[in-house]
Amino acid sequence: MSGLSSLSVPLGKAVRALSRLRGGGSAFPGLVVERIDPGFMARALRDLPRGVVVVSGTNGKTTTTKMVVELLEGQGLKVFTNRTGSNFTRGVAAALLGDVDWRGRLKADVAVLELDEAHAVHFVNLVPPTHCLLLNVLRDQLDRFGEIDKTTRLLEQIAVKTTGTVVLNREDPRVASIASSVKNATVAYFGLNEGLRDTFPSDDELRGATGTAPASRLPADVVLETVDSNTASFSMDGESSTVELSLRGVYNIFNAAAALAMARVVLGKDARREALLNSLAAVEPAFGRGESLVVDGQPLELVLVKNPSGFRLGLKSFDATGYATMIAINDNYADGRDMSWLWDVDFDTLREAGVDMVSGVRAYDMALRLKYDDVSVADIDTDTGSALRTFIHSAKGRPKRIFCTYTAMLAIRRDLSRITEVKVVS
Amino acid sequence: MTHDAPTSKGTIRILQLYPRDMNIYGDWGNVLVLKQRLAWHGYEAEVLEHNAGDAFQEDVDILIGGGGQDSGQVVIQEDLQANAARLRRLAEDGAPMLVICGLYQLFGKFFKTHDGMLIPGIGILDIETHGGSERLIGNVVANSEEFGEIHGYENHSGQTYLGPGVRPLATVTKGEGNNSSEDHEGARYRNIVASYLHGSLLPKNPAIADFLIREAAIRKYGSFEPGNLDDSLAELARKHAGARPR
Repeated sequence: MSGLSSLSVPLGKAVRALSRLRGGGSAFPGLVVERIDPGFMARALRDLPRGVVVVSGTNGKTTTTKMVVELLEGQGLKVFTNRTGSNFTRGVAAALLGDVDWRGRLKADVAVLELDEAHAVHFVNLVPPTHCLLLNVLRDQLDRFGEIDKTTRLLEQIAVKTTGTVVLNREDPRVASIASSVKNATVAYFGLNEGLRDTFPSDDELRGATGTAPASRLPADVVLETVDSNTASFSMDGESSTVELSLRGVYNIFNAAAALAMARVVLGKDARREALLNSLAAVEPAFGRGESLVVDGQPLELVLVKNPSGFRLGLKSFDATGYATMIAINDNYADGRDMSWLWDVDFDTLREAGVDMVSGVRAYDMALRLKYDDVSVADIDTDTGSALRTFIHSAKGRPKRIFCTYTAMLAIRRDLSRITEVKVVS
Repeated sequence: MTHDAPTSKGTIRILQLYPRDMNIYGDWGNVLVLKQRLAWHGYEAEVLEHNAGDAFQEDVDILIGGGGQDSGQVVIQEDLQANAARLRRLAEDGAPMLVICGLYQLFGKFFKTHDGMLIPGIGILDIETHGGSERLIGNVVANSEEFGEIHGYENHSGQTYLGPGVRPLATVTKGEGNNSSEDHEGARYRNIVASYLHGSLLPKNPAIADFLIREAAIRKYGSFEPGNLDDSLAELARKHAGARPR
């Protein structure tokens, strides 16, 4: 280390402290240290005894990363992760600044990093990961990437740079196809029992395809065998284990198989099965992702929806019977501006109970979508704050569920605490 | 309204082209809108599919095709060429068709990719498409004399140029449309509506949906008797879409 780079850590830490005082953004100090010392991240991460794990894919990154972290912590490992939710390179650099000592050394056994699929390519060029976990290529963010095949190519570059093991979803044809490009690492898979294939349609099976593809013949290290509400059974090494999860939603439960597979790769022969399953049972949802709250003495569930597959699985996971339902759809940059995807979701399951409130910037697009599926809508209000007040008032005494896009979720989460006392259950 | 004994005004058969490979931008929405509006207008709707390798069903009244990945276009190429004459016959006979994005391009003369490869189209539309280096993505508003203001979303790298055999669908007031050097969007020929806009096109543009339905009814039954439809939600969705950033 010489010149500026010897100063980058103290300087970065100082910027971090200052921006914290100002209540500023979490990534800015990362940007500073990236600019003055491009080698900072690679130096901090290269000597971790259990390596660097990258988690990517279009959907479920945050919750899956949280699961991998907690599974490894449950085995006694000290894990570094980008918990602030900043999944860009500079977000990782900013998180590192908080955890390294003044000489830029990180005291951890392993790093588990959630990376945005586009920014991951930049990251893996700086820091080749020892392992990567690639979840899925679903049809969201087409307004960002143009084509989902292009998203596949981005994930492929992560796999190509990986030096140890690449863990792939064998049920997603685009993700599974990446295996043929992996030359310097071994490939492992997670997957589904044949009976569950039609519960998780791949993106190509959303429309038009006749039936679902047969179960993959690729060998999988972890297979999700059954799901019944929150109870799931996983098969590992030919042995089946049943776990009662705190997480809800079938998509989270499939990602639990992914997290188990990744944790087993990192741990190798040190993996202790019972402890892994206990840790998995205890994992709670990440912020805003299938959280259960209590509002006015009744449960209120926030379900984040970002694309047709996710929305479909959300509707499938949660029975509408007895629930008051609100849907809030925004089209801000972080949500994706393209509204086409709403037309690839079937809303039949809401037909009987109807929808109490439709909100968000694109409330009328959503209401129009429901109209064409013969789902009745009691009220429409584009303002999420006043919509939420009306919804909570009119649904008094009933459990509530809100399906919302990302920025709508942030707004609702903020407004909820203003309107009423919010207790986080899980 | 008394609907005790609804007598159907007839059956309209919708053929969705290549839903397996060319259906990535909410194209199902266009089919659903036609199906539901036909019912609301008092017709029976039958939805049929044609995928690569299927026997082509020519006894159809509205044809509808969407966009796909570049890889999807490769998959359907051979089948589309094999059925080109049938599709042309239907087009020349006045069958209403809606072709969006990828199938809009392939209904033209050719798609010349950015690296010089020539993908032949089926030449029903007098248009040619050249692969561009930039991708045109975002909300679009365009004005059409025939259909009023059109709202949608574009996402394409092909730049399409119209020949004298077709006329533009609309003039763009927000967004790019057919290409980045001219201000028009889509193409019109006989009863074909071709467009880059999805989002999906028909839900927020019921005037185009009803044009397809009307032409189908007239071609099959000699006349069209519209029902009394309430499009106030579509109006509000249009208003909000028009105010959104590109």
